[in-house]
Amino acid sequence: MSNKHVISLELNGDAVEFLCEPRQTLLEVLRDILHLTGTKEGCSNGNCGACTVLFNGRPVVSCLVLAMECEDAKIRTIEGVACDGALDEIQNAFLEGAALQCGICTPGFIVQAQALLDENPNPSEDEIRFYLAGNLCRCTGYDKIVRAVQAAAEQRRAATTAG
Amino acid sequence: MAIADKPQYNVIGTRPIRHDGVDKVTGRAMYGADFRMAGLLHGVIVRSPYAHARIKRIDTAKAAALPGVRAVVTSDDLPQHGARQVDLGEGAVSMRHLAANVLTDDKVLYRGHAVAAVAADNVHIAEEAARLVKVEYEPLPPVLDVRAAMQPDAPILNDDVRTVFAGAPEVNADQPTNIAKHLLFEKGNPQEGFAGADLVFEREFDTTMVHQGYIEPHNATALWNADGKVTVWMSTQGSFTAREQTAELLRLPVSSVKVVPMEIGGGFGGKISVYLPPVAALLSRKSGRPVKVIMSRADVFEATGPTPGSHIRLKLGVTKDGKLNAAEAWVAFEAGAYPGSPVGMACMCVFACYDIPHARVEGFDVCVNKPRTNAYRAPGSTQVAFAIETVVDEICTELGVDPVELRLRNASRKGTQRVDGPTFARIGMEETVEAIKASSHYMSLAPQSRSPDKQCGRGVASGFWFNAGLKSSVTATVNADGTVSLIEGSTDIGGTRTSIAMQLAETLGITAEDVHPTVADTEGIGYTDVTGGSRVTFSTGIAAVRAAEDICSILADRAAALWDVPADQTKYENGGVTGPDGKRISFKELAGKLHLVGGPVTGSGISGEESQSGAFGTHCVDVEVDTETGKVQILRYTIAQDAGTAIHPSYVEGQMQGGVVQGIGWALNEEYWYDEQGMRNATFLDYRMPTCYDVPMIETIIVEVPASNHPYGVRGVGEVPICPPPAAIANAIYQATGVRMRQLPMSPPRLLAELLKS
Repeated sequence: MSNKHVISLELNGDAVEFLCEPRQTLLEVLRDILHLTGTKEGCSNGNCGACTVLFNGRPVVSCLVLAMECEDAKIRTIEGVACDGALDEIQNAFLEGAALQCGICTPGFIVQAQALLDENPNPSEDEIRFYLAGNLCRCTGYDKIVRAVQAAAEQRRAATTAG
Repeated sequence: MAIADKPQYNVIGTRPIRHDGVDKVTGRAMYGADFRMAGLLHGVIVRSPYAHARIKRIDTAKAAALPGVRAVVTSDDLPQHGARQVDLGEGAVSMRHLAANVLTDDKVLYRGHAVAAVAADNVHIAEEAARLVKVEYEPLPPVLDVRAAMQPDAPILNDDVRTVFAGAPEVNADQPTNIAKHLLFEKGNPQEGFAGADLVFEREFDTTMVHQGYIEPHNATALWNADGKVTVWMSTQGSFTAREQTAELLRLPVSSVKVVPMEIGGGFGGKISVYLPPVAALLSRKSGRPVKVIMSRADVFEATGPTPGSHIRLKLGVTKDGKLNAAEAWVAFEAGAYPGSPVGMACMCVFACYDIPHARVEGFDVCVNKPRTNAYRAPGSTQVAFAIETVVDEICTELGVDPVELRLRNASRKGTQRVDGPTFARIGMEETVEAIKASSHYMSLAPQSRSPDKQCGRGVASGFWFNAGLKSSVTATVNADGTVSLIEGSTDIGGTRTSIAMQLAETLGITAEDVHPTVADTEGIGYTDVTGGSRVTFSTGIAAVRAAEDICSILADRAAALWDVPADQTKYENGGVTGPDGKRISFKELAGKLHLVGGPVTGSGISGEESQSGAFGTHCVDVEVDTETGKVQILRYTIAQDAGTAIHPSYVEGQMQGGVVQGIGWALNEEYWYDEQGMRNATFLDYRMPTCYDVPMIETIIVEVPASNHPYGVRGVGEVPICPPPAAIANAIYQATGVRMRQLPMSPPRLLAELLKS
């Protein structure tokens, strides 16, 4: 109990400090200490992707990251995807395309898709499927998720061209 | 494709954004594990490392002494149930079995079986304490195979189980046994039927246990308050069913238990039985604090309710002109540790797609040392669809008949009698076959092999599921701004808040966005059965339509009062009330004036249909088989399914696509690797459900043959899409390679073994 450490990092754009034990994962800290429960726990061994967050821009499964590894890191979670109350193109595409059913895997997919589109604004269907293959969804059969990412990519490209 | 002239609807058939959507894409939606309250403790369950053992002693002293531990419980803390049988909605069940599955008493019957539980200040302390609970076991020989468990000399799991005979002749009815049920259904004269057949096919099939695979683990937080009242916040398919089970297990009146359904991260039948709430409640009573318990993924695999593995023998007799004349099936299902597999439903489903004059089905519910099985999407139907649909395909090959033509020749239709007695109302089996026949997929050239070690083929299969009716309640209140607040008891797993709201909106003549649906707890709404059996859009939909009609009639009266005309001269129609002399007031306008004429308006509706009229689907799949490795790639997949009337087509398609991909997983990869030590692949990595890289887009054809017993013609759509995929894929594998697969999953090693034999 006494061996807690202070960790400082940037979380969704804000400076955040917390106390954690060495055995606590980033997932546990996000959910149980910082109360950001949008990041979901599906397996706790890195197999399902429900807890995906961006770690310095890279998607990671937060159940396999120790909180103590996050000193000075920039972490973005599902709570940081919408900007100033406005939904991101990916979130809108998921809503409009009915790309979620139970919704438990949705935050992980949206964060992973965010990383994909940052890396590759014009992914093929095969590239989308490959990039999202670490995120399990048991409800949708993936069809509408892949289409939503395609639609969001198109939206973003249109916005970039217009801008 | 619409079959009849479809009525013109304003809301039904459109695709509004779901009401809970924003919360679910922003991470704000509150699932069971997200719930917290002051003073919360964390519970961990101590589980058996053995598949079968007698418990000699449990020593909890060390665990209880660990600093931070607040309570330890064992089955001694659960009330005794004796031989009490209770009907919790799915027939009478032994309370002793239910209780022992929650916290076992003298024996463990599967690896992962709950033995004790600990609550502590945090989950890490609870885990340490759980390791300190000392359990002394006397290992017993396990029985893991369904046929081995039926042998007279097999180890017996439950001393109190005697075979229940349903239609079958009684044998050894007073002996302890693993065969919990023996069913027999017969129609016509099978012996004569086979005598009149030109060709008879007899085949055997094996399928392994598979899991629903929802991404959210089971969870429950319970507070046993000082006033004796228990509140449970949990992930469940049915808050009322969870309340009833919890109350019965704790021997409390149902009114002493309140279940608050949190958002649910998938269920597929696996979140109907309670595992955690009674244990969390006992820990709460002992500690005086709220206690949250969340299963690990391994616990979910090892200790919840997967769907049974099976052994099936199937015999079909057919005339030269392709008419199915006689059928016989022998179906044995693994019940798991305690009785209750869906073998009865399997027996009713096996021949349901076809009009076969003579048929006989025998079914066995058999206890084995694996977790107690539970419902999984059309429970029982997929296993038997695999058997019948591959034999039907063999007949097509033998007779040289197109698989679509043979199905049309034999399809069940209105008036066809099922083997277990009931006669079908208007159904859409033929229409789904016609839809596949006319699809661009089926009309396209079958895929061509790219190289000698990559063989391609196309397969077709059909499937049936009953769909449940059961009970639902809805209340709806008119707001002054012309919107409606809708309260329902059906937990929303796949967008049903919206499909229910849309039916209310259609009836009232308002928009879907003007309805605000809420899923209430067990004290906020009337009794509502589980979100299961493909029943919510059907049954809770009927309740919502009735609540809307209630509002319409009250509003007609209020308008009469407003206009000062007799009440029989006003009528609610097209989104408003009309009266004498061309009087008309819209719903919105009247809503704003209700405070002048009688005050608030609340409508209520209930439903309690015995059943629905049945769901059918026909699927077509193209595969590529790597003959060097035995790996099967799905190249193209089309599903045609009768939805009656599609309320929200996107979510109907979603059910079809999701069911197909679960079926693909069942067909190609998923299985419990079980040996005497238990399940050897209890992680997502090793259990290997389909990822999005494993499957193509799933093309959907919604067929609409309106159901006669729903005001808008709705049929449930959730379950039947999982039934045909294993058979459709097996048939495609045969077309590709000439090998008939009769075991699931058709995983690379199994398929390769068969390819090497051929």
